[in-house]
Amino acid sequence: MLKTLRQIASVGIATERAPQADDSLRLQESLQAQIRAVLGRALCIRQIDAGSCNGCELEIHALNNPLYNIEGLGIRFVASPRHADLLLVTGPVSRHMEVALRRTYAATPDPKLVVAVGDCGCTGGIFGESYASCGRISNVIPVDVAIPGCPPSPTQILRGILAAISSNAGTGASGDRG
Amino acid sequence: MPLRSYFARSRVQPGAPGMHSLSVQPGEWRVAAEDLAAAGARLVTLWAQRDGRTPPTIHAAFLVEHDGLLLNLELRDPDAPYPGLDDLFVAAARLQRAIADLSGLRSSDPDTRPWLRHVAWPSSYRPLIDPPRPPTDRPLQPETYEFVRVDGEGVHEIPVGPVHAGTIEPGHFRFSVVGEKVLRLEERLGYVHKGIERRFTELSILDGHRLAARVSGDSAVAYSWAYCQALEGMTSTKIPPRAAWLRALCLELERCANHLGDLGALGNDAGFAFGLAQFSRLKEKLLRATQKALGARYLMDAIVPGGTAIDLSGPDDLIQCVRGIAAETATLRTVYDEHEGVRDRFNGAGAVVPELAARLGLTGLAGRASGQAYDLRVDQPCEPYGEFSVEKAGSREGDVAARVSVRFDELKESCRLIEHILAVLPPGPYVAPISAPRDEMLGIGLVEGWRGPVLVALEAGPAGTIRRCHPHDPSWQNWPVLEHAIIGNIVPDFPLINKSFNLSYSGHDL
Repeated sequence: MLKTLRQIASVGIATERAPQADDSLRLQESLQAQIRAVLGRALCIRQIDAGSCNGCELEIHALNNPLYNIEGLGIRFVASPRHADLLLVTGPVSRHMEVALRRTYAATPDPKLVVAVGDCGCTGGIFGESYASCGRISNVIPVDVAIPGCPPSPTQILRGILAAISSNAGTGASGDRG
Repeated sequence: MPLRSYFARSRVQPGAPGMHSLSVQPGEWRVAAEDLAAAGARLVTLWAQRDGRTPPTIHAAFLVEHDGLLLNLELRDPDAPYPGLDDLFVAAARLQRAIADLSGLRSSDPDTRPWLRHVAWPSSYRPLIDPPRPPTDRPLQPETYEFVRVDGEGVHEIPVGPVHAGTIEPGHFRFSVVGEKVLRLEERLGYVHKGIERRFTELSILDGHRLAARVSGDSAVAYSWAYCQALEGMTSTKIPPRAAWLRALCLELERCANHLGDLGALGNDAGFAFGLAQFSRLKEKLLRATQKALGARYLMDAIVPGGTAIDLSGPDDLIQCVRGIAAETATLRTVYDEHEGVRDRFNGAGAVVPELAARLGLTGLAGRASGQAYDLRVDQPCEPYGEFSVEKAGSREGDVAARVSVRFDELKESCRLIEHILAVLPPGPYVAPISAPRDEMLGIGLVEGWRGPVLVALEAGPAGTIRRCHPHDPSWQNWPVLEHAIIGNIVPDFPLINKSFNLSYSGHDL
């Protein structure tokens, strides 16, 4: 126990200042104002791997580490689409996940946002469209924000998530915690 | 027949060191496989080549002590079932079902259920042979998949997935339970099948390493290295010493990053959030130092045919970082070891005893935690591992605690290797020129990734194309063992046990 406490004390607070929203990643001006009005600063995210190579998942995991500390911004990953405001989807969408993705989208209450993560989620990436792949996420469900990268860094993902909920293009959500 | 008689007749296989290749007659295929099984050989993978130009062929790759043997069986009648190896090597069963799904060649195994095929294509379509299906085809009606049912009083089923409750890859688990106790688990995978093997045949052979790196993103270095090793073997390309050392640096960084991530997640799954906070912080430090030294947090495109795409810039920060990680990990290990709650969850959970591990073919990191002391970096080292004298980690306990302990040991060893590489990295160029191999040549790449042995079988086509590429993930071996590891444990321990194996879905589903 003493070692645990000593470790905690010696590390201190590792959390860094959050980045600004990147509004250029926004594909459509959809529901930001409405969602912001309902949610204030709290946001629940359901992550869906619709066929990724698992690279994007590694960087999504990193959002929870103490340096990015996404929960400190009021953003939380939840276990059910029924609890979610935003779906964070990686792809390409495999044909075998197409139905599961559509059902998960349908199970998410309105108003809802969809953020596509990674080159494959944005364009189909190196896998493209084939007998087994539907390609980009927006081929299957509507997408509000698309974050390119292979994989995108946690900062890029965070800027995309903040863009999805920022109240208007240009100003961007500030990264204040609290 | 003793194995040396097979090796005596074999020829050296281009690619990974110690690989041999032997074409066998139909009558000899089973006999050879039985001899290999009796001698303790391990099946790495099975794949089929059927492109209409040459007779359809089944390939089986085995590892025996310090050598590898590839058996090739030409099929005279593609419509007649070929003799399966599922009774000798557990992993063969699903590999054979995958071959039937993708190439339409059936084995003698009476289990004819599809494995990778769900609804994306009908059983009459053979994705690796037939022309592309029009993308506008309407989705097919899902077929019923026959799970094995457990009968008896009080038995009920818990279906889980494909969408799981965390940030995890998709797959389906069917638990048969009494109360909280798991009687049986049956996995249904294939949800992230995205046509990787077909996609390879549409790429230039000098460009395929990019797709190889994305077979399983967490093992990008292992796959792209294995791909390039196969290619360089076929073209007799000697990569510069600096390139080989840089590749080893990348591979050990990948191992460290994954082990740090898993050690944190395992603490968290045991209810010890402190572990996740500490290890995920260390992992982030490592990724940032990697980016500074090698240009990317994850080395998706670092390894290219002929060498590496990047050189090292300024090793000092990386050395400092790795030293710091080694020191802090040693402290955190004592915290895990002394924490009663963590010990209580880790010890005895999901145990696979060495005898069972050997019978089921458990491989890689999980295998080493169950007495299967194999590590390609030691047993069949490719350049530059011969110069490193890597210390093999191992345990015979086979439980979650053992898989944690192997990760701690390997992390320490990888930190030592990284420091060593950075201290004595040879100077000179880091990439050599390479041209496309001759049509119909086959190369095998074999690299010990963080999860276990990664194999890439690469066959060249005319004019720099790819005729066939089969990437193999060690998860194929270990998924069926997970079904055994959970038996008799309680349902709430499944996430912890599953995490302790941390198998790839994407690398398996292809």
